[in-house]
Amino acid sequence: MDENPNRSPHDLGGVSKFMCEAVDMEPHALNAFDRQVDALSGVLRAKQLMTVDEMRRGIEAIPEDQYLRLSYYRKWIRSLADNLLRKGIITEAELRAALEAQ
Amino acid sequence: MNFAPGDAVIVKNDWPEAHGPVHIRTPHYLRGHKGRVVRRLGAFRNPEDLAFARPAATRALYHVAFPMRELWPEGGETDDVVVEIYEHWLERP
Repeated sequence: MDENPNRSPHDLGGVSKFMCEAVDMEPHALNAFDRQVDALSGVLRAKQLMTVDEMRRGIEAIPEDQYLRLSYYRKWIRSLADNLLRKGIITEAELRAALEAQ
Repeated sequence: MNFAPGDAVIVKNDWPEAHGPVHIRTPHYLRGHKGRVVRRLGAFRNPEDLAFARPAATRALYHVAFPMRELWPEGGETDDVVVEIYEHWLERP
């Protein structure tokens, strides 16, 4: 199948350049970061601050080089931050200060 | 548009991705391909709008079957690929 220039980076089905890569079928244990991101996502949905569709939009907006490199939950946290900033629930200054305090 | 099981359909050969940020649940490899409606799954608010927190109309969602060989040459001869597709992505041939 020819590569379509309009394909979004996340829309990977049937793309021949990925066909020779073995699929990692091993189960992966969740680490503390993964669990925190999952919990945060659950809280935001329960409080109706973010829908699953907005979450997916944020993941799909990650540029291709990062999309293919980031772990599953790293993509989630990028989308959570993007959605919270868009809605004004947090500010860039607050996010930067929180990251620097780590 | 309403479809019944067995109806022949074509997935719109449309590329909203080319015109800015979107959330599209119709896989790229089906655009412009012919399929057959298997069943109606219900009606849901359009995720393309929900993804941007916009007001979202309710759209019917269908299971549509595509002969695998027509999508990928290495596909099984009698196999189908069955995908959930919203009504506004389907046209009559």
